[in-house]
Amino acid sequence: MGLIEQGLLIILLPLAGFFLVGLFGRKLPRQGDWLATGLVGASLALAVKTFVQVTLQHDPFAGARTSGPWLRFAPAEALSIGIMVDNLTASMLVVVGVVSFLVHLYSMGYMHGDPKYVRFYTVLQLFTASMFGLVLSDNLLTLYVSWELMGLSSYLLIGHYFEKPSAAWACLKAFMTTRVGDVLMFVGILILFLHVGSLRFADIFAAVADGRLAGSAQMWAGLLLFGGAMGKSAQFPLHIWLPDAMEGPTPVSALIHAATMVAAGVYLMARTYLLLSAETFLVVAYVGGFTAIFAASIGLVMDDIKKVLAYSTVSQLGYMMLGLGVGGFVVTGYTAGVYHLTTHAFFKAGLFLGAGSIIHAVHTQSLAQMGGLRRKMPVTFITFLIATLALTGLWPLSGFYSKDAIIASAIEFALRHPEHLALPIFAVLAAAMTAFYMFRLVFLAFFGDPRDAHAHSHAHESPLVMTFPLLVLAALSLPPVGGGHGNWFWIGNPVPLRGEVAQRYGVATAEQGQAKVSTEHGQPVLTTEGGVAHGEHPAADDPARRAHTMAIGASVTVLLIGFVLAWLIYIRRVVDPRALACRFAPIHRLLVNKYYIDEIVQAGVIRPVMALCRLVARADLWIVDGLVNLTALVTRAIAWVTGRADSHVVDGVVNGVADSAMTAGKALGRLQTGQVGTYLTGGVVGVVMLAGFVFWVLAR
Amino acid sequence: MVVPHILSWIVFAPLIGLAVMSVIPGAAGARAIKWVSLLTTLVVLALSSVLVAEYYGLAPEFRRAFIGLKQSSFPEGSASLFEERIPWIREYNIYYHVGADGLSVILVFLTALLSFLAVFSAWNIEKGVKGFHMLYMLLITGMMGVFVALDLFLFYVFWEVMLLPMYFLIGIWGGPRREYAAIKFFLYTLAGSVLMLIAILVIYMECRTFSIPELVANPPFADRPSVANWLWAGFFIAFAIKIPMFPFHTWLPDAHVEAPTAISVILAGVLLKMGGYGILRVNFPVFPAATHYFIGLVALFGVINIIYGALCAMAQTDFKKLVAYSSVSHMGYVLLGMASLTDAGMNGAVFQMFNHGTSSAMMFMIVGVIYDRAHHRDLSRFGGLGLQMPRYLTIAIIGFFASLGLPGLSSFISEVMVFLGAFKSQSTLGAPQAFGVVYSMQVLTILGTLGVVLGAGYLLYTMQRVYLGKPRDEYANFPDLRPVEYAALVPLAVISVVLGILPNLALNVFNGSMHSLLTLWPPAAAAGFAGL
Repeated sequence: MGLIEQGLLIILLPLAGFFLVGLFGRKLPRQGDWLATGLVGASLALAVKTFVQVTLQHDPFAGARTSGPWLRFAPAEALSIGIMVDNLTASMLVVVGVVSFLVHLYSMGYMHGDPKYVRFYTVLQLFTASMFGLVLSDNLLTLYVSWELMGLSSYLLIGHYFEKPSAAWACLKAFMTTRVGDVLMFVGILILFLHVGSLRFADIFAAVADGRLAGSAQMWAGLLLFGGAMGKSAQFPLHIWLPDAMEGPTPVSALIHAATMVAAGVYLMARTYLLLSAETFLVVAYVGGFTAIFAASIGLVMDDIKKVLAYSTVSQLGYMMLGLGVGGFVVTGYTAGVYHLTTHAFFKAGLFLGAGSIIHAVHTQSLAQMGGLRRKMPVTFITFLIATLALTGLWPLSGFYSKDAIIASAIEFALRHPEHLALPIFAVLAAAMTAFYMFRLVFLAFFGDPRDAHAHSHAHESPLVMTFPLLVLAALSLPPVGGGHGNWFWIGNPVPLRGEVAQRYGVATAEQGQAKVSTEHGQPVLTTEGGVAHGEHPAADDPARRAHTMAIGASVTVLLIGFVLAWLIYIRRVVDPRALACRFAPIHRLLVNKYYIDEIVQAGVIRPVMALCRLVARADLWIVDGLVNLTALVTRAIAWVTGRADSHVVDGVVNGVADSAMTAGKALGRLQTGQVGTYLTGGVVGVVMLAGFVFWVLAR
Repeated sequence: MVVPHILSWIVFAPLIGLAVMSVIPGAAGARAIKWVSLLTTLVVLALSSVLVAEYYGLAPEFRRAFIGLKQSSFPEGSASLFEERIPWIREYNIYYHVGADGLSVILVFLTALLSFLAVFSAWNIEKGVKGFHMLYMLLITGMMGVFVALDLFLFYVFWEVMLLPMYFLIGIWGGPRREYAAIKFFLYTLAGSVLMLIAILVIYMECRTFSIPELVANPPFADRPSVANWLWAGFFIAFAIKIPMFPFHTWLPDAHVEAPTAISVILAGVLLKMGGYGILRVNFPVFPAATHYFIGLVALFGVINIIYGALCAMAQTDFKKLVAYSSVSHMGYVLLGMASLTDAGMNGAVFQMFNHGTSSAMMFMIVGVIYDRAHHRDLSRFGGLGLQMPRYLTIAIIGFFASLGLPGLSSFISEVMVFLGAFKSQSTLGAPQAFGVVYSMQVLTILGTLGVVLGAGYLLYTMQRVYLGKPRDEYANFPDLRPVEYAALVPLAVISVVLGILPNLALNVFNGSMHSLLTLWPPAAAAGFAGL
């Protein structure tokens, strides 16, 4: 079986599951959950096989792609549909497969007894198939199709408990917010189609390389695609839907709203890297960096355990974008961003599933009612702790490497271009906040005395079907699998990822003087013209090396600061958090209310739009339709007058207009030769009237 | 299977059904009449499916033909486009002339499909069953006739034949304001048809023919552009009323809201398409130069339709009125697509007509389901139905998402094609420039994409108000979908999914014809025009 057939099968297995479980789930034993889980398991196996086959070649161009016509809008012209497998796809397949499979398994326990069990698994299958479809697409059109189908799955799953008004609103909000991004992305696709004439990535990159796509078209295409990524990956200011999306069942939050779907925007940027222009890279970097610190600051004060994790996700997605953005200027950024996507997927899914395990046990999401759970739920505690340490970036867990790579890239960029000093500052401050809010969460949930004795007394460790996924995900954050230079992603060797990008990008933009290619150990390397090439200056003052040292120093320092602060406040109780909140009341209020972004959107966008809608509808009724009714009235008046004058009985508008038709016909007939017009009009209208009368009688 | 005179059979088979019904006693035979109606429409659907199959079996040069624009290899007088031509009124050169290229075939099939499914929606109508179904048969004949007539006089007759039964179907079986709605619909359309009639007669006076193919082959008034422009406008307004194009759309919310479900399905699904069809069958090929002159305005009004319809829909509190305004918005895509004068846009427009036929039919049926149970359509009084009627929710999700153009469902394909085509187009010069207004097709298209956001907005907001949220006690005993409701809804859902995945099944029917139509505006000429 070739890579292509394998890729196709990876999509088709869960897609078949979607139809099978959806149509026959109720009749199957255990409502078909085993079928869904098994199919995703099979896809996972194929995904791992693909990963091994592709990435272990250590070849930037390893993989396969094929496409054929799909949308035939002219006999000889069609938009194509196709599948591609390369290093990036292979890595993503593993991430999606692993998390989706574990979430399917976990849900057997978590969703047990839910009245909408079948619906849950059906949509989960659709989501998995769409996400596989997204990463296997060789063109923007099918990528967009998958993208929107993921949006649908997300909508349906956020609204799983749709009888709860808050869930009903949350799914609406999620779909609409991402839809705004999607439309921007769609306009970007239109621009690409206009200038390239094809939506296949290969054709688009070729167009960049030979200069057909350049200048403002290239910039706008990149920026608009990033607009889509901002919606999906919850970048400021389109992040507002993600915290509300926590209304969905927790396994869904883990799979869709932490590990995979929200990373699709990051994937999109990585996939279309070669068409992004320098301006786009800067925008990506700044939006990402700002989102990282902005969301982290809100996470500091949230009480709902899932909301803390949700803002953490927004923040970490910002990190990934920051990495990709600076990657346009420094060589390590691209790999760092994608690498962080993969490590984050595992530990954040672990955190959400762990939170689910807690919620399952204590039936509350409020941190204020937890506490002291570490003895009651040892497995959940240990795995949660490992995932937390990975997220906060403790050596040698996976998050240390990926986050450090992003911070190092940002510092290196700032060293080369001091005017962009804000970026590393964002990254480092966000890291400090991350450490604080995560340890705060761990301390509040697992340490101290139980604050709700009732909930605590009923708490118990979750069943194996739920704890097994936690253990696997924790293991994937630990060395040698998940951390260090022996981890799976690194074994797969990110250099090929980078290599293809660098080589293509270098070729593409060398003429524009933005970037050039040099070589390092035989691998092509990208660098900016103004900067210092990586391979040329191996000295100690090499910005890359200095940046790396500084990044490690900074991240270790801020991790310690965050940990110690959280420990002092929530374990040692040196300061009462409530007193602290009073002391800094304005700031605290600002954070608790999430900077009032929801209120601003409500007042600045939704209300004006709704007011406009009502205004237009009223104008439609009174002005546009009013004119129509006025015309009818006038016609009737004239008909009445002429009727009187002709001693004719004209009793309605029907005849009135029929008369005017006759008049028009007559007038025309006189203008032209003969009376044909009158004949025709009279004949047709007469026949029609007669037929109508007959039917009127019949119908009575 | 080759059926001789297949188009005539399709057009007149309903009249046979009508004749059969007329001998069944109305009071006692209500059930029998319904079955005759169902059977007749099934036969029409079968014949139309045969037509599609036969069309697929035609040689490529026939499948690339647009009526009147025959390829050189196209034998003169050939019956291969299912043509039938017999003299009707010799003195005036009037023929019974029918024929079908890809554009006609797809719309004939849509008409047959919706006519059949709408019978299920009409199953629970108990008032005047005989009259209802007899008028319904006549309506089908009228609609089918419009889509296959190749003689302008015949076209006009069918256009009027369709109008009359519709008037009575709304006026007798409609809701509380049925008489107002019926007469408004009737007069509005009639006002348009008068303009069309005048234009037809002027053409006849000049060319002494009513034959569409002849007029396409030898465009009238090619040397007098101002006359051609006036005639173009006459036809266009008649068709624009049907589409309906802003500002001629206000008959539509009234007619849709008052009409019984089955008739709303036909109104939205088929009648609106007659407008789009007329523009593509008469305006575009008979007056290519005038089309080029006005095309920028068509695009502009298309975008106005998209946004204006969506804004109006958002503000509605009546479920059915909301769906009606969504039709205004969705038909805007048709105008925008055809105005692009590109392959992608034109085919997108035709495909959008088909998809709007299926999706709006679904939406009206979905409204009908709940109206039959709750006897009101006030969105503010619904809520939580999803929990009480889960199967209804599933179907509604497909219907709503088909309507908002979700990928994987067919309307997505047509919307994408419309936008791709429009964005590439250079259609905005000509009349707008003559009036001193300059705008770019790209900007218009981008504005049009706003409709995608607004569409998602009003549809999901409706979904939320009707199906989600806390269940209400007053709806607790509502039965879930009945078999007859399934029978009407499931085929449409399946078609929507299948054509969303395999769009070529439909596109291959008409993309050849539309491509031929486009040869009237060769890219070189378009470029030259753009340079004016």
